[in-house]
Amino acid sequence: MRAALRLVSNTESSAIELAKQHREWIALVGGNQDRAAFQSLFQYFAPRIKAMMLKAGMNVMQSEDLMQDVMMTVWRKSAQYSPDRGTVSAWIFTIARNARIDLLRKASSRPYDDVYELEIAADDKSSDDEVLQSERHECVSEALSELPKDQRKVIELAFIADLSQSEIAKKLDLPIGTVKSRMRLAYGKLKGKLEAVR
Amino acid sequence: MSNVSHHLDEATIMRYAAGDLDEAFTVIVAAHIAMCDQCRQAVHDAEQLAGGLLDVAETEAVSDDAFANLMAAIDEKPELASNVHPFPKRNKISGDVPFPLQRLIGSELDQIQWKKVAPGISKHAIDLGGDSSSSLFMLNIAEGHAVPEHGHGGMEMTLILSGSYTDRYGQFAKGDIADLDEHEEHQPIVDAGAPCICIVATEKPTKFKGIVERLLQPIIGI
Repeated sequence: MRAALRLVSNTESSAIELAKQHREWIALVGGNQDRAAFQSLFQYFAPRIKAMMLKAGMNVMQSEDLMQDVMMTVWRKSAQYSPDRGTVSAWIFTIARNARIDLLRKASSRPYDDVYELEIAADDKSSDDEVLQSERHECVSEALSELPKDQRKVIELAFIADLSQSEIAKKLDLPIGTVKSRMRLAYGKLKGKLEAVR
Repeated sequence: MSNVSHHLDEATIMRYAAGDLDEAFTVIVAAHIAMCDQCRQAVHDAEQLAGGLLDVAETEAVSDDAFANLMAAIDEKPELASNVHPFPKRNKISGDVPFPLQRLIGSELDQIQWKKVAPGISKHAIDLGGDSSSSLFMLNIAEGHAVPEHGHGGMEMTLILSGSYTDRYGQFAKGDIADLDEHEEHQPIVDAGAPCICIVATEKPTKFKGIVERLLQPIIGI
């Protein structure tokens, strides 16, 4: 509770604390159907998801509807979230991504669900401790903040704005090979940091 | 289960995590990561990066009654109101076909219906439905035979499900994926001992301009 209060009062609260707060909320939703905790998650994620869908080219109504679908899935699947699969933000990103694929692309998100189901069936819980989770999360925040602007732009366009590799190349007036190599460099930055804590 | 030595390109990992691959490629990547711990972890890491981007992304105010509406929708469905929704328990996933391919080709490789397309080469086409701009098919190639060219100069990935082949990049065996740049030339030859069964994703040839490329397309119609 103290952490929560501090989080609210301190606008510079770190990404680590935020991630911890999200884990607490989702555990309450998954374990007790706690509506106040769900509302907190909603307040944080719903506006981000809506903005993400708008960027992907949906109109306001579609974006709002898809945001509702995504948050409904978060409610429904909250008990499946497991901290050793990473941050709540990443987990919710994958739900939003899959919803976006099903709606916008002429494809299905089934293969992603299959892999997810496989992971759950394998139940390969690495029983990560809190410290390791925080360290990993720190790697992600560090990698993001240290990324050169040009690499950061490319991954933002890919993950948040849902631009394809060729659309990114066109928008930034770059050869597609350059887009690819910036993607690889951005990933490499994170990988280097994660390998140090693994 | 990871004995995999040929992995996905890191740019492909990022595209898969972002949801930017066509259906055939999404399926083949999912099949590979079902067999490859290293690439599964890599996708996972890329998704963490995406989560970090979501944290710092712009926001757009939702409608005032959005939360109330959502909770009302949840209350309308009693099965949702208590969200105890464990993952559908299935029996242990079995078969020698990677799970993400099972809904397309069944769970056993020896149940696949092959169509002979050339000496030593059989093919099984997979219908992905819809108007996907990529295609997915399986090849069953006898030992000693060359794997036919099928890339049409576009993006192409090959995942080995059984047997092996060797080209200038080394030996490709079960679980290995050839995620090669479209300009890289190679001539895989199936190793002695067993046929090589693989699944191939390609961009549809119609995406490529050249009539020349299309004329050069092997007569076997791959």
